[in-house]
Amino acid sequence: MRDALLTLKGLSVEFAVSTGSVHAVRGVDLDVQRGEVVGIVGESGSGKSATMLALLGLLAPNAVVGGSARFDGSEIIGATGSHLRSLRGGKIGMIFQDPMTSLNPVLTIGHQIAEAIEVHQPTMRPKRVMARVQELLEMVSIPHASERMRSHPHELSGGMRQRVMIAMAVANEPELIIADEPTTALDVTIQAQILEVLADLRQRTNTAMVIITHDLGVVAGVADRVNVMYGGRVVERGNVDDLFYSGEHPYTNGLLACLPRLDRRGQSIEPIGGAPPVLDVLPTGCSFAPRCGAAQPECNASDPVLRRVGATEVACHFAPDAARVSRKVTV
Amino acid sequence: MTIQDPHAIPTPGADVVVATRTPNRSRRSSLAMFRNPGIAFGTAITLIWLVIMITVHWWAPYDPYESVGSRLQSPNGQHWFGTDALGRDVFTRVLYGSRQSLPIAVLVIASALLIGGTLGALAGYFGKFADTAVMRLADVTMAFPPILLAMAVAAALGPGLRNGFFAMVIVWWPIYARLLRAQVMAVKQREHIEAAVTVGATRGRILRRHVLPLSFTGVMVNATMDLGQVVLLTASLSFLGLGAVPPAPEWGAMITEGAKNFYQWWIAVAPGLAIATVVLGFNFLGDGLRDVLDVRSAQR
Repeated sequence: MRDALLTLKGLSVEFAVSTGSVHAVRGVDLDVQRGEVVGIVGESGSGKSATMLALLGLLAPNAVVGGSARFDGSEIIGATGSHLRSLRGGKIGMIFQDPMTSLNPVLTIGHQIAEAIEVHQPTMRPKRVMARVQELLEMVSIPHASERMRSHPHELSGGMRQRVMIAMAVANEPELIIADEPTTALDVTIQAQILEVLADLRQRTNTAMVIITHDLGVVAGVADRVNVMYGGRVVERGNVDDLFYSGEHPYTNGLLACLPRLDRRGQSIEPIGGAPPVLDVLPTGCSFAPRCGAAQPECNASDPVLRRVGATEVACHFAPDAARVSRKVTV
Repeated sequence: MTIQDPHAIPTPGADVVVATRTPNRSRRSSLAMFRNPGIAFGTAITLIWLVIMITVHWWAPYDPYESVGSRLQSPNGQHWFGTDALGRDVFTRVLYGSRQSLPIAVLVIASALLIGGTLGALAGYFGKFADTAVMRLADVTMAFPPILLAMAVAAALGPGLRNGFFAMVIVWWPIYARLLRAQVMAVKQREHIEAAVTVGATRGRILRRHVLPLSFTGVMVNATMDLGQVVLLTASLSFLGLGAVPPAPEWGAMITEGAKNFYQWWIAVAPGLAIATVVLGFNFLGDGLRDVLDVRSAQR
């Protein structure tokens, strides 16, 4: 196997707060191959965004990042500011959740995309830059690109703005795109269009992508592999189909049970009871245990590690037996 | 197309061609600014004073320094605001007074904005030591009553408008340091600033291109209103004998002369009216600008 484009080993993020520290990410191992689309799924506070922001050095100043992250052969945790800047927007493009607030309201979108290019290719002539901007806008299917370049963000719809964000992220032909909830702020029909743009980009440029989302539907549509995060850890990972059809972790199955399904009409949706863990005290044992239908005394005693069970890797003491209990709820 | 703007001239095909409408629209909205009564009134007063300042030497009826008749005449057809204790025409001197007060007001605000604004923006953007250093210095400066501090500085440097200028910049820079610091701190939290970081822009570039342009709205309003305050403080310093030196036709200094001839009310009232109108004009302009620039209060 070739070297992975991105390898995280034991990545952890702690936020120092007045009452102590919050452990947002607790030892995440993850790798992304070149040209691969990896989904990270989890509910709010599961540490999925913090993991990716840590990579780019974008966390708040009170964050302490530990562990290792190698991108394209070099360590990026604790890298210098200038090294990180060359990665940001250069080899790693980032797409944010809310296109309404992620564009500068007083600059035209053409200028903003041009800035992404100028920062990394300062010698490019302005005419070439603008030609490239137009090309990028056409690539993300914005009609009348040459006129739209002169528009300000408020003149565009949410879907259009998200396309502009994508154009900015891919301006310098990055090797990795990190999309943090790229469709969450958009309505459903626009979501589909944006996912299509992303899929299309991947076809054309063979860029690797990490898609962070709480929407399993998004992941099912575009990802090759999926990591399910809970309480700052990866609790299950595997190929997208394996995970959806034979997920082992009770949490994965709980998430799937929350999806409305066309093939199970008339059945009510099963929410996962309880609330996500509070991460300011390190829990002992499995962090999902308090909400888990298959929990045993051992779950509170020791922390399960990822191991291969069936088609996926899962962090659960009682896999695959636990899955039978948790799936019973859904079937 | 529904026409929201009653003053808009409907152009044929305007509803079809979306992109070409943009320049027209922006010109219309910059003119629409003057439909705000505050701005219209403030601009009118300010413009009148500016025209007076620039052109007064061509048409002023008398020389501001020469005795042109008998002393202490009350207002009459020849001398609209009478004459002062040395027989100079008060009306002429008031008009010439704009050449003292207005340039110094603009210079003081521009300098305070440049010095205080730069320090404040750096403090707000970089935080930590820069923030502490700048803000404590500003706190110390602002702890003194402005007029007292200006008097102390002017007294230490000696009278004259130039020293008055330095004194007022020292009084004013902390205001802009605070204002810009607050604005920059608010703007730098916005998501599109973080987006600019992820594009790989350097901190200096982000500060210049993304943070500063968005931080200036409130500052412009304040600066306009402060112009009037500087005019007032200049006059106060001169009134106390620390600003303009006689025989310069400065409004504050003229009021001092008026105070010595208390029953010849016109000597003090005329420059007083001049100060009042100028300050009023700048205040109206500032208030109006705030209404127009502040998105929340805009009725668009």
